[in-house]
Amino acid sequence: MELFHDPKIDWLGKKWYFLGFSLIFSTAGLLSILFWHHLPLDVDFRGGTVVRVKFAAQPDADHIRSAIDKAGLHDARIQQPYGPAANNEVLVTLSRSKTSESALDQGRATLVSTLTQNYSSGAGQNQGKLDLDNVSGSALQSWLQQNDPEHLGNTTDAQTRYEAQANAVVHFRDEEHSGIIDSIDSLHGVVDPAVFTALQQNAWLSGFSVRSVEIVGAQVGKVLQHQAELATLYSLGGMLVYLWFRFELIYGVAAVVACFHDTIITVGAFSLTNQEISLTVIAAILTLIGYSMNDTIVVFDRIRENLRLSRREPLADLVNRSINQTLSRTVLTSGLTFLTVLSLFVFGGEVLRGFSFALVVGILIGTYSSIAVAAPMLVAYQDWRGRKGKGATLPTAKKARV
Amino acid sequence: MKTNIKTRLLIIIAVLVAFVYGVFGIPRGLSGTALSQGLLSSGVFRKGIHLGLDLKGGMHLILQVRVDEAISAETDTDVASIQSDLQKNGITGVTVSKPDPKRADFLEVSSVPANHASDVRSILDSSYSSRFDVAPGVGNSWTLTMKHTVESEAKQRALDQAIEVISSRTNTLGVSEPIIEPYQLGSYQILVELPGVDDLGRVKDVIQSTARLEAHEVIGGPWPDQQSATQSIGGPLPLDAELIQSVPGAASEGSTTEWYELKKIPIWGGTDIRDAQPGHNPNTGEPEVDFFLTSAAGSKFSAWTGANIGKYMAIVLDNRVQEVAVIKGQIGDQGNISGGGISEQRVKDLSMLLRTGALPASIDFMQETTVGPSLGADSIHQGVVASIVGMLTVMIFMLIYYKGAGINADLALFLNLVILLGFLGFSGATLTLPGIAGVILTIGMGVDSNVLIFERIREELRAGKSPSAAVDQGFGHAWTTIVDTHVTTIVSAAILFIFGTGPVKGFAVTLTFGLLANLFTAVFVSRVIFDAHLSRKLHGEPISI
Repeated sequence: MELFHDPKIDWLGKKWYFLGFSLIFSTAGLLSILFWHHLPLDVDFRGGTVVRVKFAAQPDADHIRSAIDKAGLHDARIQQPYGPAANNEVLVTLSRSKTSESALDQGRATLVSTLTQNYSSGAGQNQGKLDLDNVSGSALQSWLQQNDPEHLGNTTDAQTRYEAQANAVVHFRDEEHSGIIDSIDSLHGVVDPAVFTALQQNAWLSGFSVRSVEIVGAQVGKVLQHQAELATLYSLGGMLVYLWFRFELIYGVAAVVACFHDTIITVGAFSLTNQEISLTVIAAILTLIGYSMNDTIVVFDRIRENLRLSRREPLADLVNRSINQTLSRTVLTSGLTFLTVLSLFVFGGEVLRGFSFALVVGILIGTYSSIAVAAPMLVAYQDWRGRKGKGATLPTAKKARV
Repeated sequence: MKTNIKTRLLIIIAVLVAFVYGVFGIPRGLSGTALSQGLLSSGVFRKGIHLGLDLKGGMHLILQVRVDEAISAETDTDVASIQSDLQKNGITGVTVSKPDPKRADFLEVSSVPANHASDVRSILDSSYSSRFDVAPGVGNSWTLTMKHTVESEAKQRALDQAIEVISSRTNTLGVSEPIIEPYQLGSYQILVELPGVDDLGRVKDVIQSTARLEAHEVIGGPWPDQQSATQSIGGPLPLDAELIQSVPGAASEGSTTEWYELKKIPIWGGTDIRDAQPGHNPNTGEPEVDFFLTSAAGSKFSAWTGANIGKYMAIVLDNRVQEVAVIKGQIGDQGNISGGGISEQRVKDLSMLLRTGALPASIDFMQETTVGPSLGADSIHQGVVASIVGMLTVMIFMLIYYKGAGINADLALFLNLVILLGFLGFSGATLTLPGIAGVILTIGMGVDSNVLIFERIREELRAGKSPSAAVDQGFGHAWTTIVDTHVTTIVSAAILFIFGTGPVKGFAVTLTFGLLANLFTAVFVSRVIFDAHLSRKLHGEPISI
């Protein structure tokens, strides 16, 4: 099976379309960064509090908002649904002003107590009972030891027994039911009958569970932001130096320009779709910088090899031929990586959504740019040198490669 | 040729066995169900491979130690010791102070009588010039600025001490495998990672509590609020005194919050505590913390109380007066904290805190990330599903596109994955959620090497070369390109590793080692399979690619 059989596409003849396409996308991204959504930064960089809460049933966002508002958290942003609607999850974001370093935890504490009040007020009879949706394993164990439903007394035997029971409940809740127990009756068979009866009588389910909390003070955010910028620049610089060392300076420049183009468009895509850039997104972008070099290297290698073999062919034709010769491996390698990244985007869950989005966009753009940006730049450079009357040939290969 | 293939096959099998051991450890049973169950329930990740906080659940904190407080405490002691040195030499009327409240490292010795100027200078020079830069100030005064090296040593000591104290506190709480280490050199920050903690509020309280227990002499008070205190003192607070609020019930049963004027320099402080135990008041049966002083502090305390019978003394915990009592006689090396309706749990925690020692300075939380165990379990599940789907897609594609050679690529890919996971098991590197993404990316990028080789082989075959020559040329020509592509990606990953934290570091590690393993599998293993295949064929017989 073959994807392309001896393709003869005139890539360089389409360079104005490519230029237009690249310009439209990078300008759209830049405009969005400047005037529309700006650069949506994640809590990692911006500072603030993000709390991810799961509910037993789809909650009423307005209801939550007004409850939080009453507790004094006026600028809370509620994202609902967060992830698939069936998960009943909500992401509550509090801005940095509610996250001072001296009271980092305040926003979270207020939020959780507000939710607890709201969800327990409807059922006054639950006052003083044990909330099985939010209890910790060790707290449940000591509750069981205190109530001693199996009448074991204060022995080490009782301790291990209740520890096992508590672990069973927590395992049932966290590992098998994503943190929420639908009804206490579903614990039947999970724990001993005596414990089950005790829980039925003296425990309740608040119907929500805090799944993760991220609190970042302003200072840390700034440091991380600075580090992310530095890391991106170092990466681009590292690529330039490596390609300079392996090929010639102009190849390195062309590849890094293409890479920078990919980075701009990927970041622009985040701004256009108003998705937040987190630390892991930066990780994805750095990976892309390295990965989108791969296709470029394959094409450049072939250009160099062909330059050595046939010096009289016009450069545009030679570059076209080189791209066509390597087209199937360029498309296959990127396509296969794209498939795995797509699988990550579809199945990887909310936490990795931004990360996989960056890779999905970046791999597409990176493949496009090695054909449509990097290679035409070499030809443009040679034309420019030709016009200036200098040697009109590109530096050739020292040694043949792929 | 044949024996050559055999040795190479043996190498591959040895590597495979070694890394499979790295993933699973020594298997408990060899039944198919036991092994597949281990894989599917992701139990393998739990036993062989270290999981990051984002997969296991737990708490990640970045703490800032307020090292200036430690400096301030040191210079407070210096102020007191200069005062007593001057007194010993019969020089009176001199004021020793820290004039700038923002500068903990700066002391001033002022109003020096002209006839004692040289004596003061020689005392300062002889005893303090090793730690301070002594210089003449305005009028009859001297200024002492703490030397830079002394200051940074003191700050570093405070950081080390804080790390030690927090470590022993988390150990007592039974957190398994906590990480407590300096973070970002020179910023006096601490990284704390507490895996699997499920009672976060309490852990945070315990970490943050300074637990600085001190005894101070009471100069004035009590007053019901700060305002009446300042009014009654009349004028500014003396430099060696401070106003401190009490907890309710500090003076007597049922008393409310009050304010006291205390001597700034404590009679004894946090480092003088030898032991502390939860106990009960013999008369009322209420819970209390019984503490014991070190022998040096005990004898000092006993001498001081003996000389100050009839005066009042306050026990201060974290800048709140806990108890005020009149000194009725000499007190040895014991004391207790009670009152204020202190709970059993608080008594337990407090005595633990006192035992593990006070933090040298208070601590600010800069960052806190908490992942609940249920989210970690979901993340593992999603990561495993995404990996399996991604891997199957790639494998099926390779089979369809390259037919026979596709099997070769799939075998190499599978071995690539085993080596990567085995490496994670061996090295004790941490697998994070982005790390799982790194595994998935390794699958996608790893197969690139096979594509580069196979495409080149096809090209050589089209050019009319014999299968064995084409294979030879394919591997030969693709090698440098494969190295190039790996280097660029690994350079990116290395920069990520240097700049990244926690989860991102995990990603960089998995990606790097995945790609290194790929060099072995895609080039070496794949070649062996080709050679083994070719050796069974007649010369010139076509291969399936």
